[in-house]
Amino acid sequence: MAVSELHTPRRLAKLHERLGEPPRLVYIGAAAVAFWFVVAVFAPFIAPYDPIAQDLRTTLSPPSWAHPLGTDNFGRDVLSRIIFGTRLDLEMGILGVLFPFLIGITLGAFAGYFGGIVDTLLMRLLDVTIAFPYFVLVIAIIAILGPGVSSFYISVALVGWVSYARLVRAEMLVLREQDYVMACRALGFGHLRTMLRHMLPNAIIPAVVFSMTDVVIVILLGSSLSYLGLGAQPPTPEWGVMVADGQNFITRAWWITFFPGVAIVLAALSFSLFADGLAEWLGVQE
Amino acid sequence: MNDLLVDVRDLSVRYTLSRSFADLLRRKPGRELAAVDGAHLAIRKGEAVGLVGESGSGKSSLGRALLRLTPATGEVRFDGTDVLRQDRRSLLAYRKRAQMVFQDPLASLNPRFKVGEALAEVLRVHRLTRREEIPGRVAALLDTVGLDTEFADRRPRGLSGGQCQRVGIARALAVEPEFIIADEPVSALDLSIQAQILNLFLRLQREMQLTMLFISHDLGVVHHLCQRVAVMYLGRIVEEGPADEIFYHPKHPYTQSLVEAMPRVEFPKGRRELPRLEGEPPSPADKPPGCAFHPRCPHVMDACRQDPPPSIRRVGAAATACHLYPETEKA
Repeated sequence: MAVSELHTPRRLAKLHERLGEPPRLVYIGAAAVAFWFVVAVFAPFIAPYDPIAQDLRTTLSPPSWAHPLGTDNFGRDVLSRIIFGTRLDLEMGILGVLFPFLIGITLGAFAGYFGGIVDTLLMRLLDVTIAFPYFVLVIAIIAILGPGVSSFYISVALVGWVSYARLVRAEMLVLREQDYVMACRALGFGHLRTMLRHMLPNAIIPAVVFSMTDVVIVILLGSSLSYLGLGAQPPTPEWGVMVADGQNFITRAWWITFFPGVAIVLAALSFSLFADGLAEWLGVQE
Repeated sequence: MNDLLVDVRDLSVRYTLSRSFADLLRRKPGRELAAVDGAHLAIRKGEAVGLVGESGSGKSSLGRALLRLTPATGEVRFDGTDVLRQDRRSLLAYRKRAQMVFQDPLASLNPRFKVGEALAEVLRVHRLTRREEIPGRVAALLDTVGLDTEFADRRPRGLSGGQCQRVGIARALAVEPEFIIADEPVSALDLSIQAQILNLFLRLQREMQLTMLFISHDLGVVHHLCQRVAVMYLGRIVEEGPADEIFYHPKHPYTQSLVEAMPRVEFPKGRRELPRLEGEPPSPADKPPGCAFHPRCPHVMDACRQDPPPSIRRVGAAATACHLYPETEKA
């Protein structure tokens, strides 16, 4: 009894029971994603140097035993900066998905559940939003709010909700016709109970799978914007900022630009592996 | 009649066919489809009434309209009060008195909820049972529908169709209703399971003095279970009366052909030469003028093509709406 009370294993067991053994891709993806979380959480213990401490005696030194990935133009250790950069980049990836996810599923659930004028209004708003290219709209909003990480979150939330809203709305439209939803009404359950407790958990799966893919997009977006000077500001260790900082020295010190770039690619790859595995496991087509 | 529990008068359910956004802006009214078109039906306390008709005749829409699950016009009086004009609070009270059992047993249960959780939720929402008594009440409900207590921990996916339907019935019984609408509750089940579920309905109706509206396209099922039968064709009740009367002495040509089309072992005496029904019913969106049944009716007369049939009225023990039975026979 005491063992089965543990929350996580029980939840996992339930998923197993319902969906069968997850494909190996899920484990590989999950391990890769977990790796980045470990790096982010234990950054102070893993990183050999202070990420913003300058050491002008060792500027632009190539990879060596003392500095495995070299140092930048201020003598800061590139490895340590990448490790600490994981914190901000993961945070951007997760919060940059969480806010649009929450806004999107809420609006999508209301639109799909109530239909009618609520649905029409929300869908027109959605059409207007997707009429603009994603990047351009994000950059435009950041330009209005001023550069910085919080502007980044706000603009991603304002633009990114549309995908989630559409996914959840479509599922809700299907579920609305199900007998068990009709039964909820016949039993006198309120709108919120029916929508949030009975329909949303069944409507949310495609949105959850997409959110993993979205993490990749948002991490790339966050580092791109930081590269352009619209996201994280120097001297904050952030991968996009590091790439931008290093490009002036690219011919003399390629490692300053190269290794953060590799980190971006690997982090993105981890999440997309996990997303693909989840999609396969949960039977969602994108 | 004082023992009348449900009195449906001139009930219509209209669905608007989808219209484009441009039409919406122009406030152009959409095309309408009357699934139920001025139906009358009376159900007495403790009585089981069968509602039969082909698919698309509006049986389910009528059932849903009675529980206000679909917008309708007309009047549905339940124990004297008009259900269609109730405010939220009295509607909630009504939902404790009238419940529904659905056609697809698996689809009518939320796949995420264990059977016990689903039943407990109903008890909690309506504050019917004190918290500590909920597990006992859930077990009692399962017992009522013939399921072992261990089913409380199972999920719908792990149950058979018949077991799911028993859970669906238990859920409807959780609020201790007086009136249950069963919308084709056995048509998705295997024949052997059908009989079990029908007998469960029979037993419940007797033991709990339930009033029931039993919707089915199967006359035999209805005859087994119901004291009275109403026959529906294209949104209207065309004949209504005691089950035996409908079964052995159908008046309306449509009922006659339905009875004739029934597969059965023994034939009632002297009734073999009734015409069989040809073709499909017309679309409810595009009904023929006059009597909706006239293109398929073997007794069609000129009046049927022009005038709508008289409203439903007494012919012998039953009541019917047909030009064949003129006003003079009114008892």
